[in-house]
Amino acid sequence: MHLRDLTLPLAGLGILLTVLASERVTTDRLDPGLVHVAYWEKWTGFEGDAMQDVVNAFNRKQSRIHVDLLTISNIENKTLLAVAGGNPPDVAGLFGPNMAQYADDNAIVPLDDYCRAKGIVAANYIPIYFDMGFYHGHVYSLPSTPASTALHYNKQMFRDAHLDPEKPPQTIEEMDAMAAKLTTRDATGKLDKSGFMPAEPGWWNWGWGDIFGGRLWDGETKITADDPANIRAFEWIASYSQKYGAAELQSFRSGFGNFSSPQNAFLSSKVAMELQGVWMYNFIDQYAPNLEKPTLNWAAVPFPHPADRPDLANTTFADEDILVIPRGAKHPDEAFEFIAYVQSQEGMELLCLGQKKHSPLIKVSEEFYRKHPNPYIKLFAEIPRGKNVLSPPKLAIWPEYQAELTTAFDEIALLNETPKQALQHVQERMQPKMDEYLERLRMRNEKEGVRP
Amino acid sequence: MKNRHRETVTALLFVLPWFIGFGVFLLYPLLASLYYSFCDYSVLRPPVWVGTENYRDLIHDEVFWKTLKNTGLFAALALPMGMFVAISLALMLNAKIKGMTLYRTFFYVPSLVPGASLAMLGLWVFNGEHGVFNALLDPVLNFIPKMLHLFLHVPLHHIAPPGWLSDPAWSKPALVVLGVWGAGNAMVIYLAGLQDVPQALYEAAELDGAGWWAKTRHVTLPMLSPVILFNLIMGIIGTLQVFTLPYIMFPGGSPARSTYFYTMYLYDNAFVYLKMGYACAMGWIMFLIILGLTFVALKMSEKRVHYSGG
Repeated sequence: MHLRDLTLPLAGLGILLTVLASERVTTDRLDPGLVHVAYWEKWTGFEGDAMQDVVNAFNRKQSRIHVDLLTISNIENKTLLAVAGGNPPDVAGLFGPNMAQYADDNAIVPLDDYCRAKGIVAANYIPIYFDMGFYHGHVYSLPSTPASTALHYNKQMFRDAHLDPEKPPQTIEEMDAMAAKLTTRDATGKLDKSGFMPAEPGWWNWGWGDIFGGRLWDGETKITADDPANIRAFEWIASYSQKYGAAELQSFRSGFGNFSSPQNAFLSSKVAMELQGVWMYNFIDQYAPNLEKPTLNWAAVPFPHPADRPDLANTTFADEDILVIPRGAKHPDEAFEFIAYVQSQEGMELLCLGQKKHSPLIKVSEEFYRKHPNPYIKLFAEIPRGKNVLSPPKLAIWPEYQAELTTAFDEIALLNETPKQALQHVQERMQPKMDEYLERLRMRNEKEGVRP
Repeated sequence: MKNRHRETVTALLFVLPWFIGFGVFLLYPLLASLYYSFCDYSVLRPPVWVGTENYRDLIHDEVFWKTLKNTGLFAALALPMGMFVAISLALMLNAKIKGMTLYRTFFYVPSLVPGASLAMLGLWVFNGEHGVFNALLDPVLNFIPKMLHLFLHVPLHHIAPPGWLSDPAWSKPALVVLGVWGAGNAMVIYLAGLQDVPQALYEAAELDGAGWWAKTRHVTLPMLSPVILFNLIMGIIGTLQVFTLPYIMFPGGSPARSTYFYTMYLYDNAFVYLKMGYACAMGWIMFLIILGLTFVALKMSEKRVHYSGG
């Protein structure tokens, strides 16, 4: 027998051994009774650390379940593919607006029965934060951390422009007048500082209509992009391009650094007033010490409202990160045990304090506020309890609708199209897409024998 | 006979791994995408047959036409530019001077930079306010006005260089210029082609009194023509499928969709809007476009390409 003849059997044996060994290594040897819950989350940095603390606290609290936190980039796409491939995590930390898309295609499990068993009810939450996970009569997601927005302004820039830093604008009209005083140009006539720029930071380019009382859809089947209040809002945006020059504003804005850097427009005192969320404090703290010391040189107040619409005072954009159980999860019951812990006052305050946000729960301990470093945290916690709370539409076609609105914003800000033209254009594009989507959803349900 | 049979089996066994790979990773996805292009398919639910609806929707989808136009324009700029730079570099690097291998390496290395890094670099280089490109361009643009001002006392008017990334009119040219970084790959192929040109032809041309340009025009380029054709076709495929650079540099094809390219819209439909059927239809249309253009290129080249063997 030649040695050569042994090659094939030996190779086969090697492969077999590897397979057996890998099976052995990947199964938990220490505690066979422990259920491992796979949890995918998008956060990194201090926000990721905060969630890891909550996971550790949960793992310590009981001995039956062990949550394994895995940080995943592009989580909404990867979870999607994992569900389609039949191998999803047990818990996924998605973005609030992903919910409708996932729920329509049964990619996430309704949580009603679990919630009932654990006593998790709408009354525990600030309404908007529970509502964002409530869709077609079911609870599909529960919040991990919430967000709300307010006008952030730079007090030093106010002083430099001879404005009273303790008197921020109440109405849009006041804000426009202050912005004009805050805007300066250099010797060559180029913009040097700006009071306010509708395009900055650019995250709510789709949403200015809401601030003027507009609506993007009727909540059912009709798109209302060309709502007169939306058109009015975009006329206001166009007025900035007309006043300061579309190209100038754009060129000025292109010089800003990344959001998460000291060259950020607000942090580097290039833009005096900006719509920003509860997270902005973290970036001020990290990158702009001059806004905090020697005195507090920034403030957050409710975003102004149109002068003729006092009923729209205290308007805020609410958003949240959510926890869901994907369809096909191997340990849904244990997964919910963890989600329920995050919904407890203890778990939620640990998480939200770690991420320096407010709590989505009605009940908040005094200690939470005492320990919270954001000087304006009570504003962010109170404002979403009011009646003018705006959130992205719970629409499965929202990503496409949002892209259309963002493009319309560009065209309007560049003065390529009038607000009316651009929004009518969005309307004409999106309504047929909405109709087709609903029709196709009906077909999908019919084929699978699912009742919507 | 038995031996032959055995040989066939052995041969098939050897080819089998490739067939499996081809079948699983190429043929099946190809056929599946053709089928899905006639379906409503959200990836999460089983596909539902909708006939030609996706294709009919595409015809009426203005964003589809916009991205097609953007892509066509980009290809029309980037392809000749890329070929011109690659051929010029190859011609220069074909000279016989000392240290040539070093120069060749220098000009090839940029094409090894991964697309994502190049995109991040591009964002800084082409930044309209602080970018190094404009810092270099500014004195060049203003040289003539400055001279006119100095000597003829024409009032000085400062010409501002464009906001490459923020101005819809300049975002595509910025991408074209940035794309030249990748010319190294084509350059190496041209260089190999140049080395294949028989010396005897140059000697014969020289005897007939040909100068540098005449030799390039009547010897080098005809002998290089098969390589040019190859690079042309690869270039058509590559530029029409441009994705990484604009996807990273211009989220959503901003400003105002001026950099929204075909493959970006395809990607968004597939993975953001969950319209996989629609995206598959787009994929097949792109396939037909590239097939058509390649066919035209081959047809048009018949009289112009010289194969030294034939």
